[in-house]
Amino acid sequence: MHFATEPTVGSGGQLDQLLVIALLALPLAGFALTALVGRRLYERAWVIAVSAVVLTWLAGMYLVYRTLIENAFGETGLRFTLYEWIAVGGFEVSVNFTVDALAAAVLIVVCTVGMLVHVYSIGYMAHDPGRWRFFAYLNLFMFSMLLLVVAANLLLLFVAWELVGLSSYLLIGFWYRRRSAALAAKKAFLVNRVGDFGFALGIMAIWTTVGTLNFSEVFEFLPAALGAGQIEQWHMAGIALLLFTGAVGKSAQFPLHVWLPDAMEGPTPVSALIHAATMVNAGVYFVARANPIFAQAPEAMLVVAAIGIFTAILAASIAFTQRDIKRVLAYSTLSQLGYMFAALGVGAFTAAIFHLITHGFFKGLLFLGSGSVIHAVHDEQDMNRMGGLWRKIPITHATMLIGAIAIAGIPPLAGFWSKDEILAESFKFGFWWVWAIGVVVAVMTAFYMFRLMGKTFYGKSNVDPAVEPKIHESPRSMTVPLILLAIPSVLLGMALGLPIGDGALHHWLEPVFHEAQEVLHLPHEPIALFGIDGVLLLVGATAGALGLALGIYFFGFFGRGEKRATVERLTDRLRPLYNAAYQKWWFDHLNDLIFVRFGGVVARALWWFDVRIVDGAVNGIGAVTQGAGRGIRHIQTGRVQNYALGIAAGLLVIAVTYLFLVAR
Amino acid sequence: MSQSLEAYLILSALLFGIGTFGFLARRNAIAMLMAIELMLNAVNLAAVAFGAFTPALQVHAALIALIVMAVAAAEATVGLAIVIAIYRNRRTPLVDEYASMRE
Repeated sequence: MHFATEPTVGSGGQLDQLLVIALLALPLAGFALTALVGRRLYERAWVIAVSAVVLTWLAGMYLVYRTLIENAFGETGLRFTLYEWIAVGGFEVSVNFTVDALAAAVLIVVCTVGMLVHVYSIGYMAHDPGRWRFFAYLNLFMFSMLLLVVAANLLLLFVAWELVGLSSYLLIGFWYRRRSAALAAKKAFLVNRVGDFGFALGIMAIWTTVGTLNFSEVFEFLPAALGAGQIEQWHMAGIALLLFTGAVGKSAQFPLHVWLPDAMEGPTPVSALIHAATMVNAGVYFVARANPIFAQAPEAMLVVAAIGIFTAILAASIAFTQRDIKRVLAYSTLSQLGYMFAALGVGAFTAAIFHLITHGFFKGLLFLGSGSVIHAVHDEQDMNRMGGLWRKIPITHATMLIGAIAIAGIPPLAGFWSKDEILAESFKFGFWWVWAIGVVVAVMTAFYMFRLMGKTFYGKSNVDPAVEPKIHESPRSMTVPLILLAIPSVLLGMALGLPIGDGALHHWLEPVFHEAQEVLHLPHEPIALFGIDGVLLLVGATAGALGLALGIYFFGFFGRGEKRATVERLTDRLRPLYNAAYQKWWFDHLNDLIFVRFGGVVARALWWFDVRIVDGAVNGIGAVTQGAGRGIRHIQTGRVQNYALGIAAGLLVIAVTYLFLVAR
Repeated sequence: MSQSLEAYLILSALLFGIGTFGFLARRNAIAMLMAIELMLNAVNLAAVAFGAFTPALQVHAALIALIVMAVAAAEATVGLAIVIAIYRNRRTPLVDEYASMRE
């Protein structure tokens, strides 16, 4: 077998190229096979899909090892072209892949969480008659997401971008007989369209500007064109903002954040995989990938930072008041994604990817844990009807507690290191407002996570008495993935982030972000643990601890229950604020007003115009022709002499006219 | 032979007028064909008269007259054939009864 290789450095051996192809082919084959024969496998519908993903994980991990540990492909990473895809005149696009440090770092999360979620789904979906469909879709998603990560040109990335959107749509609407699920799927699809429209425009703008879509060329030519004065600064900012629009849609940032909480209508493993750990990170990954463009457009970077940190605090405030356990986690995801965009916006690319990785693990863990809770209390999602579960489902409780401490940012768990790096770097890069809001969000995060823990696991039980005796721990296929996710949630932050500012991840990603950081003139001082960095570290840890303490004070811990009277007095005092957050700051209402009601009026007007004016003109021409024909056909008498009379009269008229005009 | 072109043209116009009137007024198909012949010959007469009075047109006029005669002969042949075919079907030579192609 021979694959065409680009003559550039770091093309790797054929085995490495085969591994990349296997990485994509395995889940695709799993999808095709499960879709074809999965129905005949009945309870064992998972066999093909899960084994395909386990093999994918092995291939992925070996690639990660080759890229990051062995550094086998040099600074540019593994690059190769599979085949020429489109060649029309000057428009040439290949199917080419790149596995560099950035892709490898994201592959860690995608492969590992993807594999564990597949295993978890064996138990979670055991009683669902549509399980073959579920596993087929899940494999399709894995293929799409992996394609998104390794794609080396914008068009291929866009295809993968749409494919993850499609899988997300199919899986949100998995229980399509439930109206709310079908509507949520449609909402996710439509809101994503808005972002993707901007993204497509951005890609077109890049094409018309530099005439290529390959990442390696685009990221070289665009800054060069700006440097040579061929394009203006606002072109660069415009392209960056259009690309960012796509990221806003996919990663559910303000103002396109409304689809993600509704996406919780899908099965919980889907929420864990797609809507927490992988797909929603695609926007962050892409902005990090496009860092050479963003680095040249400081205005766009400012917008990214502002939208990120605003989403972070907005979503955190909504998470305070939600009662559905999965919705709290969904808003928490929005908030954490906001952190990542804030980090990208201030230029802390490495910190953003760091948080992407750690968040992928602990949020995946929290979602799978919530799935286990929901499973235990027989499909109840309202936290007011839980409580006191910690004795009954100990493994779920222990792993979720680890996840909650990790996201709350308590050292030494994973979330602390990545979150602290985002906050510290935004402060040091001069974005003190990002830092200040970020610290507030850190307090809020810890608080609402322990509100969730308190309401779900501690105090006295509010579970339906009929269900109460039947509560049981989930099967091993579900608890083992929880434990396996809990381990990186504890250790990964230390493994990748220590020593601070000089950890393994920094070394890996240095070549990817090096140039962008120089363009941005970011200060690169050594870490002063007993100076500014130590103080920032302490502030971060204190913020997390403060939120955690408040959460525990109000909502209990182990034996101690919720202080319901105090909480109610407090919410009564803050009633307008509470209502606003509970109603999600009315964004759904606003969208309904603008797009459904007002948009409906506009659409009806356009419809009227189309039917009456456009169609009317066409039909009118037809009606006139028909009417004229109906009138004129009466002169057809069938008598030859009538016709001859006409000819004679015509001749006479011509002759007389001629005489009068010419021969006068 | 008269020395006046106008005399020939007036005769030609008269013949043409008679032919036209005959074509429009007679109901018999055979008579109508004869009227057509009259019109064609009226035109022929005019053409030949122009040729006789204008030396430059002499050859052209003769040529036109010959072509018109040929066309007239062909037209008479085809016309008669059609009239006979219709007559066999309809048992009448009167054209105002041939109205089955009306609206």
